[in-house]
Amino acid sequence: MSDLLDFTFADARKKLAAKDFSAVELTQAYLDALEAGRGLNAYVLETPEVALERAAASDQRIARGEAGALEGLPLGVKDLFCTEGVRTTACSKILDGFTPPYESFVTEKMRAAGAVMLGKLNNDEFAMGSSNESSCFGTPVNPWRKTGSEAALVAGGSSGGSAAAVAARLCLGATATDTGGSIRQPAAFTGTVGIKPTYGRCSRWGVVAFASSLDQAGPIARDVRDAAILLGAMSGHDPRDSTSVEREVPDFEAAVGRSVKGLRIGLPKEYRVDGMPAEIEALWEQGAAWLRAAGAEVVEVSLPHTKYALPAYYIVAPAEASSNLARYDGVRYGLRVPGRDVVEMYEKTRAAGFGDEVRRRIMIGTYVLSAGYYDAYYVRAQKVRTLIKRDFETVFADGVDAILTPATPSAAFGIGENANASPVEMYLNDVFTVTVNMAGLPGVAVPAGKSADGLPLALQLIGRPFDEETLVSTAAVIEDAAGGGFTPERWW
Amino acid sequence: MSVDESTVRRVAKLARIAVEDHEVAKLKGELDAILAFVEELSELDVDGVEPMTGVTPVSIRLREDAVTDGENAERVLQNAPAREGDFFVVPKVVE
Repeated sequence: MSDLLDFTFADARKKLAAKDFSAVELTQAYLDALEAGRGLNAYVLETPEVALERAAASDQRIARGEAGALEGLPLGVKDLFCTEGVRTTACSKILDGFTPPYESFVTEKMRAAGAVMLGKLNNDEFAMGSSNESSCFGTPVNPWRKTGSEAALVAGGSSGGSAAAVAARLCLGATATDTGGSIRQPAAFTGTVGIKPTYGRCSRWGVVAFASSLDQAGPIARDVRDAAILLGAMSGHDPRDSTSVEREVPDFEAAVGRSVKGLRIGLPKEYRVDGMPAEIEALWEQGAAWLRAAGAEVVEVSLPHTKYALPAYYIVAPAEASSNLARYDGVRYGLRVPGRDVVEMYEKTRAAGFGDEVRRRIMIGTYVLSAGYYDAYYVRAQKVRTLIKRDFETVFADGVDAILTPATPSAAFGIGENANASPVEMYLNDVFTVTVNMAGLPGVAVPAGKSADGLPLALQLIGRPFDEETLVSTAAVIEDAAGGGFTPERWW
Repeated sequence: MSVDESTVRRVAKLARIAVEDHEVAKLKGELDAILAFVEELSELDVDGVEPMTGVTPVSIRLREDAVTDGENAERVLQNAPAREGDFFVVPKVVE
């Protein structure tokens, strides 16, 4: 039954409706794949009983003609989403054994639409990282390898488990979150499609918080259409998140196949960073040529404050993280290490529970928010953020519909390859993606080519606030032009 | 901008994270590297620029002043590392 894994959700949906196979059969095929794929370390928890029970319920709803938008979709859930009665840890020791008594808004919506949860997916601890190497469960392995090599590569981060699972067909789609590139960078490293929606499109309620003004949930899927279907089911207003917008959710799937003729696509000249590999540069030019051939007008644009986005991010995100992560104190849930008094208990618990990268960011955040430094660092960074957002507003006001950039400065790298790199060198992974979070805009990563050694490479499209539809249409044109070939050869 | 070792200890104290003596020098190096990286921002003229408080213009909605949640002591306490009845247990706080 392994051919069941070959269908995208859009195809499987038709087969399920036609009763060519049942949701239980589809789910079982994925559960078998999960077992065979354990060496990839994409899942940190498998929930086969939950999956089969929900699949059986899906079959009943299909039989009654009551199928929801995601009916029978075998879904992987990033371990940052709280799932009722199912362990949720953000891949941190400090949440060891935490079983939420509630469900996140996004996964609740997907479940109501008929999605079948297969299990919880690996991520960088508290979503802090670009290689998923900071997870307390170890690093997921990219199903892609360089041509002629057996070296294990990272699947990107922080949603490395989501991207690896989708690419390796260990689920049909996955939830992910993106604070500085955590959906788009892993999607780019694995030949999958990742959408980071406009800030406010998806509720953050029940998602473990990292940096609240930047965090946004979104999908990783096998192609643009599936990603659009998933996004539709994840979006919507939630009164429990005060930043969730009250706005109608468009039919994102209907945007697939829509013409891009007459659209203006901007290429920001500031994204031609020093030392950009020639193959990334060539991919970018190729993407622009495809869109031109599809009738779009491609123009050079300027986003003058681009180079300040990453340093500003490394003030704003740690500051918010230091505040958000203050809640892990060993009192109400998770790990507790005893101490002589309550303060020593806090200090020992947090020292034992947080990994190196999380500790580093909490300390930087604490420093930039501390008395005497707040104005020089935090307030200045928030002013820079205003300038970055203004850059985009100016370009969009000039009639640009979407912005095309590379998604990452390189293809996937080896696990452990950057073990001696400084934290700052690792931060450069997010150089093309982080501006989008700083400005609250939607972005999509779509596979567009391969590196010289056979690894997938992706382009990024950045859109106007709440105009994910234009991104979907444009990404679909790139996907078509690239002509596929983004399924890794199975070796696991 | 660089930090000294006493600042590393002070920040760790504020963040309520125990730091061993042998970790201080390494942490100082890492914090210095990040602070050097963000130093680039000081070259920008941000006079008169409003600091961002939110990316999307959202006006806070008002809701009816009514209890919508609560009476969930068991669910709230179910993940507690230590509890007694309906209370979280912590080491003695008041002498």
